Amino acid sequence: MELTGAEIFVRCLRDEGVEYVFGYPGGASLHIYDALYKQDAVKHILTRHEQGAAHAADGYARSSGKPGVALVTSGPGVTNTVTGIATAYMDSIPIVVFSGQVATSLIGNDAFQEVDAVGITRPCVKHNFLVKDVKDLAATIKKAFYIATTGRPGPVLVDIPKDVTACKTEYHYPKEIALRSYAPVTKGHSGQIRKAVDLIVQAKRPMVYTGGGVILGEGSKPLTELVRLLGYPCTNTLMGLGGFPATDPLFVGMLGMHGTYEANMAMHECDVLVAIGARFDDRVTGDLAKFCPHARTVHVDIDPASISKNVPVEIPIVGSVAAVLKEMIKLVKDSKTRVDKAALQAWWKQIDEWRSLGCLKYEHSDKVIKPQAVIEKLHELTAGGAFITSDVGQHQMWTAQFYKFDKPRRWINSGGLGTMGFGLPAAIGAQFAHPGETVVCVTGEASIQMCIQELSTCKQYSLPIKIVNLNNRYMGMVRQWQEFFYDRRYSHSYMDALPDFIKLAESYGHVGMQIDKPADVEGALKEALKLKDRLVFMDFITDQTENVYPMIAAGKGQHEMQLSPCHRGATSERELA
Amino acid sequence: MRHIISILLENESGALSRVAGLFSARGYNIESLTVAVTEDPTLSRMTLVTRGSDEIIEQITKQLNKLVDVVKLVDLTEGAHIEREMLLIKVEASNGAREEIKRLADIFRGRIIDVTDTAYTIELTGNGDKLDAFLQALGKSSIIEVVRSGPSAIARGDKGLHL
Repeated sequence: MELTGAEIFVRCLRDEGVEYVFGYPGGASLHIYDALYKQDAVKHILTRHEQGAAHAADGYARSSGKPGVALVTSGPGVTNTVTGIATAYMDSIPIVVFSGQVATSLIGNDAFQEVDAVGITRPCVKHNFLVKDVKDLAATIKKAFYIATTGRPGPVLVDIPKDVTACKTEYHYPKEIALRSYAPVTKGHSGQIRKAVDLIVQAKRPMVYTGGGVILGEGSKPLTELVRLLGYPCTNTLMGLGGFPATDPLFVGMLGMHGTYEANMAMHECDVLVAIGARFDDRVTGDLAKFCPHARTVHVDIDPASISKNVPVEIPIVGSVAAVLKEMIKLVKDSKTRVDKAALQAWWKQIDEWRSLGCLKYEHSDKVIKPQAVIEKLHELTAGGAFITSDVGQHQMWTAQFYKFDKPRRWINSGGLGTMGFGLPAAIGAQFAHPGETVVCVTGEASIQMCIQELSTCKQYSLPIKIVNLNNRYMGMVRQWQEFFYDRRYSHSYMDALPDFIKLAESYGHVGMQIDKPADVEGALKEALKLKDRLVFMDFITDQTENVYPMIAAGKGQHEMQLSPCHRGATSERELA
Repeated sequence: MRHIISILLENESGALSRVAGLFSARGYNIESLTVAVTEDPTLSRMTLVTRGSDEIIEQITKQLNKLVDVVKLVDLTEGAHIEREMLLIKVEASNGAREEIKRLADIFRGRIIDVTDTAYTIELTGNGDKLDAFLQALGKSSIIEVVRSGPSAIARGDKGLHL
């Protein structure tokens, strides 16, 4: 039987096992929406903005490991997803975005709601397609999912002209697909892995540095096993948090610009650096000239282009992190060379000394709410098991520092692109992927307003997300940089004319709370977490002058951290202009 | 260093812009680029000339390989290879200059492929240096129009770049 392109589209999603499509209809996608209406295998979630749809698909993917799907119309529909696509691209998240397009006969004519979707998204997708013939539709959709989810994952866009969704053809969804120009590696090179293990077991001052690749590549279990087997210190990047249990004594915290003193110092002093699924991003390395001056480096990554891109690597291993780690575990167990216990002990003594500084210490207060205290309490009350999404800025860094992630896929944030507005729609995706679980969006009063319209989506689908708004009436990270580097000229970083967030939440049918006393923090969080079937918007009025420490300023090395004033013996001398 | 990268890519609309876009997005140079279909109509062959340090060229080849439309590539400058570029040039050729220009074209093994009362159109093939030398010998004043194809290149020996 022949089906229309729109029917084929829906059948493909069903056969691909897609549960949810996050989207927003429009002229060019009307046939598809009609086909969605006539079935119930694939559930469509209506967001309030196409950016929200892309982020929700992204949050779904990050929290579940399955590809996220978004569906939008042509023109502004697809341009609105570009920020979401770029966010997924920078963090290697498998999402497939389907966009409607004007009819093939109109392409290139500046037709109503026409935009070159393939051209506009090209620099921020792993790959994209324009389907010109309904006969190619099913195979293209299969390719899109295959490319998005294999190798180094990433977003794929499929642009479908309206007439293609109306034309008919026989439906056949290929079970498997092979592309002659795309064959991602899986297994690492055995010889290289052997060489790496030889180097690793001989290390005197080893350091294991892991990133988002461990989460994406389901490498958390073998990583934990390997690190524990060796007894080596382990640090995670912002994207890698949860890849190794944060409450394990071998974990030395996050590294990089706002990483811990012990993690950054250990990086600087280590003699063997084992980088796994990480990409030596500038926020991690600081000044490259000063990066890990004593280290011989092993780098495991599925993407050969990530290896030796910023930092030269002695032993590169291209392969999936899980497969390589499992092989490493076996080799370490079989290795005749034993780890140098004495050297390792001395190394841990040094690390513990750095650790004893307590670099994340902050001034407690009973007058004004400290944002760090809110995150610490949130961690305690959720027993570290919640799915936490965040927006971008100070609140994101505090969450990374103070919420101890023990499991992968619990920490969902825009690390690469740094997209404000990501948190709430990502929480929507995470909540759909994990209906019974606690999903918390930690945000700030600036970020939350960038996709605030999604509160309406949350109401429509009764999503009991908990929003922790750390409200300091500033774009805190911008303000922090202006304080440090622009002589306290707080240019346009204040948040004036804020809405009453309680009323705002209530007007969308949610529960709103405002908390301005430190003594009320715990009670409010407890009460909110108890409301299992309601979205609760908690507006925490926090210390306006708090900064994120430690900090590696631009152009500095990892060992040149700036510590919090409470380490310099100075009480807070911070002030606002 | 100058490198010649030969690329087999899917003969599909948009494949060229993926390559060109990669170079502009990552700030790499393209000195020249030629592309045409091969004996297999589903494949195009591109010859791309670029400059960069070893690290940059390594990144360029890795990033190119990541493009889904790129099937295979080789850096021809890693081994012995032959490089040819075609020049089409229209020059003023009136009265006294006609004989001299014809002699010059002969010396460079060029061919005159179109003639009018006042002009010659000459075709010349060779590596870039030879074409530069010919242009210099002609002198700027007599040139009406220059079209250069950009280099095409192929490895020496019996091995080829194919699927």
